[in-house]
Amino acid sequence: MQQIFNFIFKNSHKLLFLLLLLISFVLTIQSHSYHKSKVISSANFLTGGIYERINSISEYFHLKQQNSELAVENARLKMLLFNLKDTTKIPDIDTIKGVKKIDIIVSKVIHNSYSSPENYLTINSGVNQGVKTDMGVVNDLGIVGIVEKTSANFATVQSILNLNSKINAKLKKSNHFGTLTWDGKNTGYVQLIDIPRLSSARKGDTIVTGGQSDIFPENIGIGTIEKLYLEEKTNYYYIDIRLFNDMTNLGHVYIIKSKDREEILKLETETKKNE
Amino acid sequence: MNSAVLLNIARFVLLLAAQVIVFNNINFFGYLNPFPYVLFILLYPVNGNKSGLLLASFLLGIIMDMFCNSGGVHAAASVTLAYLRPAFFKFSFGVSYEYQTVKINDKLTPERFSFILISVITHHFILFLLETFRLNFFFNILIQTIFCTLFTILISILIIYLFKPSKR
Repeated sequence: MQQIFNFIFKNSHKLLFLLLLLISFVLTIQSHSYHKSKVISSANFLTGGIYERINSISEYFHLKQQNSELAVENARLKMLLFNLKDTTKIPDIDTIKGVKKIDIIVSKVIHNSYSSPENYLTINSGVNQGVKTDMGVVNDLGIVGIVEKTSANFATVQSILNLNSKINAKLKKSNHFGTLTWDGKNTGYVQLIDIPRLSSARKGDTIVTGGQSDIFPENIGIGTIEKLYLEEKTNYYYIDIRLFNDMTNLGHVYIIKSKDREEILKLETETKKNE
Repeated sequence: MNSAVLLNIARFVLLLAAQVIVFNNINFFGYLNPFPYVLFILLYPVNGNKSGLLLASFLLGIIMDMFCNSGGVHAAASVTLAYLRPAFFKFSFGVSYEYQTVKINDKLTPERFSFILISVITHHFILFLLETFRLNFFFNILIQTIFCTLFTILISILIIYLFKPSKR
């Protein structure tokens, strides 16, 4: 017993180092392996509060650009409204239930990150505003990411510029589905894989979100095809997509709250249980 | 509470604030950020409490991780640097460094420069290795380590000279 205590006292420095290193390794591996288990995140009271203070100063530098972007979006929405021929046929409203399928929560990016291989944004709305994990985040130009972790008033978002990000996407003209990933190199481009050769994709085609995921609604813009490579072994395309969004400059974003999602998830888990 | 402890606490808070508010938002060439917060570990007194340094480095790293959403990579890199610091002192200043009055924040000599260089390279290599966590990006990790090290050393030496003008 004496010797054990002696050993601990003699090597207390080394043991403390190993303990701290072990803690940080566990946190690192957790953050890389399973994407729901982030313990250390910027969606907490301290860091979220500080980021909001910083953002409240720096947002003045982007006011002009934000205004012009809002004006452009207003013009586009007005155009849609005026060109609507028959106002009774708005497809979003379910006439039996009398409610819309999709709610939108407006929020603001208070911390943007795009320089590391796994990027996360911080936004200033959380559980109190109705934000939950796995909701889609978009802005007026296209998709931004998926909500990862929430606190009372803040949430972190897994950006599409993240090596772990996998989003269902399709060609707008032909409905061929693929998976949207990022290779970690350029912030202006993302990659689309698993598009079959017979889809006849061309340079310049528009890519939108697919209807297979319950996170994003169908037909939200992502980008246009910049380069195509055909993989000889698999006969699938590997496509570079130029994003509509400038991910290095994000302001206001919209969080998509799908009312069907809980029902779908419940149904899917029940089906799996019965197997 | 003596003045050395107070000085270190002030350095901890100020370097962390500068890192989060200014240096994390530089994004030179789109992906390069300097990390001058490692100066806290380098400037810690040579004969100071070693376990205290380990704990302080861990706290520094974990707060950085909170702000960067990066799990525990900054904490791992900082703790490793704090543990290896005596070995780097021995490497740069000779075996009997504890009996000399080694001061890092003073005029730049080859010994001091080599100490800063080897410390920053070690810290950044561990940081980027754990941050990427994929060996097929190994070449990118090396490139990023080299450029970030240059950037961090430049900023760190500027900070040292800014706050400790050499007395004549």
